[in-house]
Amino acid sequence: MSDLTNKNLKEIVENIKLKKISSLDLTQAYIKNIEGAKKLNTFVTTTFDQALEKAKQFDQKPNYDQILPGIPLAVKDLFCTENVKTTAGSNILNNFVPSYESTVTKNLWDSGAFLLGKLNCDEFAMGSSNETSFFGNVINPIGDQLVPGGSSGGSSSALAANLTPATIGTDTGGSIRQPASFTGTVGLKPTYGLCSRWGIVAFASSLDQAGPMTKTVTDCAIMLEAMSGFDEKDSTSIDKKKEFYSKNLKDNIKGLKIGIPKEYRVDNMPKEIDELWEKGKKILKNLGAQLIDISLPHTKYALPTYYIVAPAEASSNLARYDGVRYGYRSQKSKDLIDMYENTRSEGFGDEVKRRILIGTYVLSSGYYDAYYLKAQKVRQLIKKDFDNNFTKVDAILTPSTPSSAFKIGEKTNDPVSMYLNDIFTVPVNLAGLPALSLPAGVDKQGYPLGLQLIGKPLDEQKILNIGYAFEKNCSFKNKINKWWL
Amino acid sequence: MNKEKFDYFINSEKGKYEVIIGLEVHAQVLSNSKLFSGSSTKFGANPNNQVSLIDSAFPGMLPVINEECIKQAVKTGLGLNAKINNYSVFDRKNYFYADLPQGYQISQYKSPIVGEGKVTLDMPYGSKEVGIERLHLEQDAGKSIHDMDPQYTYVDLNRSGIALMEIVSKPDIRSPEEVNAYIKKLRTIMRYLGTCDGNMQEGSLRADVNVSVRKIGDKKLGTRCEIKNVNSIKFMQMAIEYEAKRQVELLDNGKNIEQETRLFDTKKNETRSMRSKEDAHDYRYFPDPDLLPLTLEEKMIDDLKKSLPELPDKKKERFINEYGLSPYEANVLVSEKEISDFYEEVAKLSDKKLAATWMMGDLFAMLNNKGLNISNSPITAKNFAELIQSIKSGEISGRIAKEVFEIMVQSGDNPKKIIESKGMKQQSDPKELEKMINEILTKNKDKVDQYKAGKEKLFGFFVGEVMKLSGGKANPQLTNEVLKKLLKG
Repeated sequence: MSDLTNKNLKEIVENIKLKKISSLDLTQAYIKNIEGAKKLNTFVTTTFDQALEKAKQFDQKPNYDQILPGIPLAVKDLFCTENVKTTAGSNILNNFVPSYESTVTKNLWDSGAFLLGKLNCDEFAMGSSNETSFFGNVINPIGDQLVPGGSSGGSSSALAANLTPATIGTDTGGSIRQPASFTGTVGLKPTYGLCSRWGIVAFASSLDQAGPMTKTVTDCAIMLEAMSGFDEKDSTSIDKKKEFYSKNLKDNIKGLKIGIPKEYRVDNMPKEIDELWEKGKKILKNLGAQLIDISLPHTKYALPTYYIVAPAEASSNLARYDGVRYGYRSQKSKDLIDMYENTRSEGFGDEVKRRILIGTYVLSSGYYDAYYLKAQKVRQLIKKDFDNNFTKVDAILTPSTPSSAFKIGEKTNDPVSMYLNDIFTVPVNLAGLPALSLPAGVDKQGYPLGLQLIGKPLDEQKILNIGYAFEKNCSFKNKINKWWL
Repeated sequence: MNKEKFDYFINSEKGKYEVIIGLEVHAQVLSNSKLFSGSSTKFGANPNNQVSLIDSAFPGMLPVINEECIKQAVKTGLGLNAKINNYSVFDRKNYFYADLPQGYQISQYKSPIVGEGKVTLDMPYGSKEVGIERLHLEQDAGKSIHDMDPQYTYVDLNRSGIALMEIVSKPDIRSPEEVNAYIKKLRTIMRYLGTCDGNMQEGSLRADVNVSVRKIGDKKLGTRCEIKNVNSIKFMQMAIEYEAKRQVELLDNGKNIEQETRLFDTKKNETRSMRSKEDAHDYRYFPDPDLLPLTLEEKMIDDLKKSLPELPDKKKERFINEYGLSPYEANVLVSEKEISDFYEEVAKLSDKKLAATWMMGDLFAMLNNKGLNISNSPITAKNFAELIQSIKSGEISGRIAKEVFEIMVQSGDNPKKIIESKGMKQQSDPKELEKMINEILTKNKDKVDQYKAGKEKLFGFFVGEVMKLSGGKANPQLTNEVLKKLLKG
């Protein structure tokens, strides 16, 4: 039998259902891949014994009605997993074993999947290159010098390297879409509130959203179907009927109106990105979609707004890591304040500290109005830009990132240039919208590039449909030569 | 204590000062579970036995508002005649402390659930209104226990996350006496509503006290000091007296008052600086992104309004107008919900005025002596009502009633049964009485003659004889009538 791990999720599920392969064989194949790919540094924790046990249980009593029957999955290490260490890529949680399961992962297990391991990520999801992790940087399977994007870099890398058939990440400012773009894979940030945040280590509560990362749009629909759903334990969860995204996937997009925002053509953007965007427009046009030039005038304020709102929330969300109840505690302290200072100094990395400082600053009395309050107002304007245009268009097409994957270490000393990576992705988080990143081409070095489809709130089905049609007509093929073997 | 005129001023050599007081009362909400988690709120459990993953702020845990607590806050707001805000926001108040697991307290800052209201106090010098600035909901913190170990501090998170109502008064209070009346009134209202048990020993009611002084006639408020977390009315009063004197002394000596937070040392009976304005925490309030703004539907507020019990001010009015009680009596009887409930039950079955007199007299005295309160009174309302009725109908005299009352306290028995079995019924049959009195007159012929000769003082002697013979049961009024009639003949 050919290597099943080369296939996409849908094919693997079909093979399981047709009993062409057992869950155990599948799991063993992934374990073998993972063991051979240690150089990529994608896994923080593996749960092979537990996975093999689950696979055997599935094979003995298979339930083929489930959407993910007997499928092993690795997930970002930001999702709390019961009795399995959950680190958020941080030293401060490097010994933390939750007694509970996040709602999103529980939904996956309830759909028939089981855990293969926990994937590396930027510390507390703060980063765009997976270089801020306490557990070391992750390498992009596209090239041994390249970052996989971030913060869900372990997820994108593991997926592209066939170490998991699909995976999930979280996206606060582009943490699913940017790594997907850097690794030639599909990533979806759902509408804020579609997937429960319960049990996900929080970064910025008003922006965080879990989503699928997959090889194809169909896989993305399958995963979204499994992981999403109302959760009364999350007050910001949206109470709506479950949708069957994969069953309802259609490739007829004739007559749909696609907005092309002029503000996404930024200064110094490589020509290749522009060309990619043109290519995307052409494909959609050929499929019968109507292209409409639109304006999102407040786009230029999105990045600064994001870098006020997200650190502000993070500075408060991360206050709980104080060494008192769980996680890392510095041993060399003489009193309470000392313990806080030492624990947090030793427990957090530089990028996390930087954002806690920024967040604390913008919330301080005397600065609150000038920064946080103003940012909230601008956020409303950004959202309004989208609202205004969604009366005219069905979806918006933009590049996912302003460049392809960059070199490891290239931007670590220049936080601002690192932050600029998120320029096309953050407006979506600020507006709470769904957005899909699709592999669409390569740059002159052969590194993948992605396009982003932004949808109306809860209009995931439509952007998945457009992506589905696009994918069929784009003929993108990821070239990975398994250099790590 | 019954002063006709308000007279709490501080007189110093340099002038006469009035004391301006505002209170921030923290009242624990009566609810089965905490403000944002399902943990129990019962008092007295073993440490850390009522703590959920949310209360202890584990990674990825999210707060979910407990509707019961919202309703309790709205009810309390209605009880304070306050504006209920249909839109309110939960904010995070950020600070580090070992018994604050999240590193922030979820509170309401700019948009509280309840706005302005008022409370009426009954002072000896008339009724007085105290304005309510606002009421907001917030989480209680856990408890740090510093005296269990010489080296370590222990933390109990059972209290962490219990709902608190912070009720902020306007600076309308002017004396320790008014503080007493204000706290008691708040407590009474909340107990009537069932929104807070008001138990100060268990910490369900505590207050921060803001004190400033100003010379009589001054319009501008003086600089205030906040005395943190005082947990008894007595201590509040002591703290205010000390603090006001301290401030007057400073002013008299030409010094300024620093705005600061102070602590009350109950052992030394003094307030001490805790932190100055410069050292004040920057709490970095911002709206909690884990919670949506709270919107209340008009219908919910209306339903709660309809479900409100009769509150003490209304009840007092009714006791005066319908039951004919004096304002003083009415005030005492509405002061506690349990007392007013007991009284109403008694009044339903017996004479309302007589019931009030007996309750406030013998019943309260007995409870006081025994250290009991009305809810564990050895005499039930029904039995008490029967006793009152027996007095009213003339079945027993007031004097006998006191004996019956004593027996009721000892045995818990029904008064009818006691009167019956001990033969304590009043002798009210005129024929029986005539027979008895004739017997006495015959036996004391000499005294009768002296009486008839003009020694009318002897009338008392005959009454005494009748009582002696009847064992005190002769109806006194009837005895007088019959005796007079027979002595004439």
